[in-house]
Amino acid sequence: MKLGYFPGCSLHSTAKEFDLSLKAVAGPLDVELEEIHDWSCCGSSSAHATDHLLSIALAARNLSLAEQQGLSQVMAPCAACFSRLATARHEMAHDEEQAELVRPMLARPFKNAVEVQNVVALLQGLAGRIKAKATPLTGLKVACYYGCLLVRPPEVAQFDDPEDPTSMEQVVAATGATAVRWSRRLDCCGAGFSLSRVGSVVRLGRAILEDAKASGAQAVVVACPMCHSNLDLRQSAMEARRASLGLPILFLTQLVGLALKLDPASLGLERHFVSAVGVMRALAAPAPQQLPATRG
Amino acid sequence: MSRIGVLVCHCGENIGRTVDCASVARALGDLPGVAHAADYKYMCSDPGQLLVKQAIAEKKLDGVVVAACSPRMHEKTFRRACASAGMNAFLCEMANIREHCSWIHESRGDATEKAIALARAIVEKVKRNQPLSPIRIPIERRALVIGGGIAGIQAALDIAEGGREVVLVEKEPSIGGHMSQLSETFPTLDCSQCILTPRMVEAYQHPGIKLLAYSEVESVSGYIGNFEVKVRRKARSVDETRCNGCGECQAACPNKKIPSEFEQGLGKRSAIYVPFPQAVPNIPVIDRAHCALFRGRAKGLKKDACSKCKEACGRQAVDFDQQDTFTTVKVGAVVVATGYQLYSVGKQQPSDKLKGYGEYGYGTIPDVIDGLQFERLASASGPTGGKILRPSDGKEPKKIVFLQCIGSRDPAKGIEYCSKVCCMYVAKHTMLYRHKVHDGKAYVFYMDVRAAGKGYEEFARRAVEEEGAIYLRGRVSKLERTGNAIKVHGFDTLSGRPMVIDADMVVLATAMRPQPGIEALAQKLSVSCDGHGFINEAHPKLRPVETNTAGVFVAGACQAPRDIPDSVAMASGAASKVLGLFSNEELERDPTVAVVDETGCAGCFHCERVCPYGAVERKEIKDRKGVLLKVVATVNKGVCQGCGTCQATCPSKNVELQGFTDEQIFAAISAL
Repeated sequence: MKLGYFPGCSLHSTAKEFDLSLKAVAGPLDVELEEIHDWSCCGSSSAHATDHLLSIALAARNLSLAEQQGLSQVMAPCAACFSRLATARHEMAHDEEQAELVRPMLARPFKNAVEVQNVVALLQGLAGRIKAKATPLTGLKVACYYGCLLVRPPEVAQFDDPEDPTSMEQVVAATGATAVRWSRRLDCCGAGFSLSRVGSVVRLGRAILEDAKASGAQAVVVACPMCHSNLDLRQSAMEARRASLGLPILFLTQLVGLALKLDPASLGLERHFVSAVGVMRALAAPAPQQLPATRG
Repeated sequence: MSRIGVLVCHCGENIGRTVDCASVARALGDLPGVAHAADYKYMCSDPGQLLVKQAIAEKKLDGVVVAACSPRMHEKTFRRACASAGMNAFLCEMANIREHCSWIHESRGDATEKAIALARAIVEKVKRNQPLSPIRIPIERRALVIGGGIAGIQAALDIAEGGREVVLVEKEPSIGGHMSQLSETFPTLDCSQCILTPRMVEAYQHPGIKLLAYSEVESVSGYIGNFEVKVRRKARSVDETRCNGCGECQAACPNKKIPSEFEQGLGKRSAIYVPFPQAVPNIPVIDRAHCALFRGRAKGLKKDACSKCKEACGRQAVDFDQQDTFTTVKVGAVVVATGYQLYSVGKQQPSDKLKGYGEYGYGTIPDVIDGLQFERLASASGPTGGKILRPSDGKEPKKIVFLQCIGSRDPAKGIEYCSKVCCMYVAKHTMLYRHKVHDGKAYVFYMDVRAAGKGYEEFARRAVEEEGAIYLRGRVSKLERTGNAIKVHGFDTLSGRPMVIDADMVVLATAMRPQPGIEALAQKLSVSCDGHGFINEAHPKLRPVETNTAGVFVAGACQAPRDIPDSVAMASGAASKVLGLFSNEELERDPTVAVVDETGCAGCFHCERVCPYGAVERKEIKDRKGVLLKVVATVNKGVCQGCGTCQATCPSKNVELQGFTDEQIFAAISAL
């Protein structure tokens, strides 16, 4: 299976481990990723907050490049990139007036024929293959955190139930880990306010992680660099004057990589602020009942 | 040469403003075959009609064209006027120069020209009109009522009181419908059972009503005045003539753990059961899917696994070998009163059009229940004996949050309409709760409070002002189970603040939907449903209890969300329509029906296949010796609605619609 790959800025910087782990699992899962040549900003954050037309044109440019490259599908692992590309595809198809403004800006033919996919949908489709190749992560309890952009708005994302999604849980089930039931899977992480309103981000993130912890999760699984950085980078601030959380935040691809017995370093597992060593240890240790009889 | 009279109406200013009516009359008067042409300000008025009558008498007219409004508005009026002047009514037609012309054009010159063309076309048609006489059909003066809820019971009783026989078909083991599940009813808080059960018994004992409970309509054929309905009488496994309803069989049944439908899953029942103690008829039925004996038989066990109910029965009424039987009834009219079901909140939905609320955890959080379940909790005959106790741990909830508009008014979930009854019953629920749990707190999340109805607004206000319900205008984004409580995450749009309430129980006011299977039933009856499956009435304002199939009427919540007073009023309306129909021995119908020229018919039966009403039948043509010559199509005049589909389909042009023959239509078109 060949897929167009749109890494976006995060996967080349703060979420490098998302990029690493995605590329690491792609091989064993028979997925060929072809990066879009000369890709540019997806139109997220600054663009879509200031100029709607610019945000659509930026995303459409990347789609038109993919088209030129002969790709029929583009996968954008970052949830914000996915949302921008999917929004552009949606608006170019449904808002003719807008499309007419955008087309001349692209400087190349554009048929809007490229499908946009996110990493969860990709892995959900590969769940059977993952399960067949995985060494089950038995006993590991994780909380699947979707955030806002993966499934919303439903007419743009066209993916899973916007209020009660289950796709991440299906992938987790394929790895043999257990997805805990919890309530804040879709709550806001604070997203782009990570720098400007740290207090809010900490408050929102704390509510999310405390719930995950109370539900018995040993780690939180995400598929969005923004969610990841908020929950990982700000976790120590959330713990200030409170009970320690100590919840590693893993990308879904990292979890899949662990199940596929890939080298943790190749998955970028050491790059997190909250160490994933605990999780690794829990996995490495055999389940208690299988322990050999105590020495002596 | 024809002698047609053309009468042009100004309709006050409606037509006169844009159409020069005098010129229209002058232009038409010059046409060959037109013997008289005049215009008048209000042709439908008494003096206007007099003009028509005088023209017929004085000018010896053999046809009349009234150029005025739509024939749907006044065709009957003018045909009646013509008939009273001695002319066959079907020689009078209308040219619509109002809706089709003056109302939709601005240029006076163009509109006048168009009006002339429209009237000229109808003149050419009327020249070729033939006198027709109304069709007369005998009427079977017995009615079928489908559905034994409050609407069906009311309709059946009203028709029976009017002296006509009724067959009442109910698919459940007992009549009573949803109303029998309710605790107390708004806006008077009178006990639902107390007002309903006497009506149930009355219907059962009425000599004019034949109750077929635990039965379903299998097929319907025929037409107004002459329906033939096949009813499937589902096997109860209990002989109705022997059973005296003592209840010994239920006591003996070892399987008592089946979720009771009547208790909305909050209570249990046995495999042989009567849905509720006041059931009518009070005869049990064996739920074969849960009965050990039938499950064993289905698995092929040679020996019956259990027969405790049969052993317990002192009257040998239990009959394991009973089969479904069929009864055919002949009726002249049908009242559809199949009622509603509740929208299911969970993710599993019956069709792609509907979406559930995964975020409310209905089905996974036990203390999130729907409105009918709360009715059962509040009901004196319910699983808790009328105590408000929550399903998870049987404790008394001190804080209940009620959510309105669950499904309703939410296009994203597939239901745009308002379910109408929820605002009122939620107000009632808060009161019932406060009457039973004095220190309880009732919160209501609402979009609007729609309390239009006699005494309704007062009732809803009372819930807030006297009974202390706390109304919050806004929606709830999710329900979260934390320990023993349910965290309700909502938004109060009036204070502009998010709200989080720790509730002990949450009640969802879910949307009303038509019963499953309504579309199949509608098809059997040739009536149409709207996009949601509610039966379409013939006219939303002027014919609310009729359907577009003559002789089929509709009552209650199968037509749209209805409360009890509405359903009862509709049922009485439908009953009076039925009695009106039955007041004649014969039925008179418009003769604009299709007629087959049997000499030319080749018997291809394309017409039979395309007829939406099933009006085309096969007829054998035999010679004098009885030898079959050919089979031809023939149209049952009682069933035909005059749509003309057969006429358009017939490859050999041997079907004509009386009053709309090809000759007439082509003449009209050529004159345009």
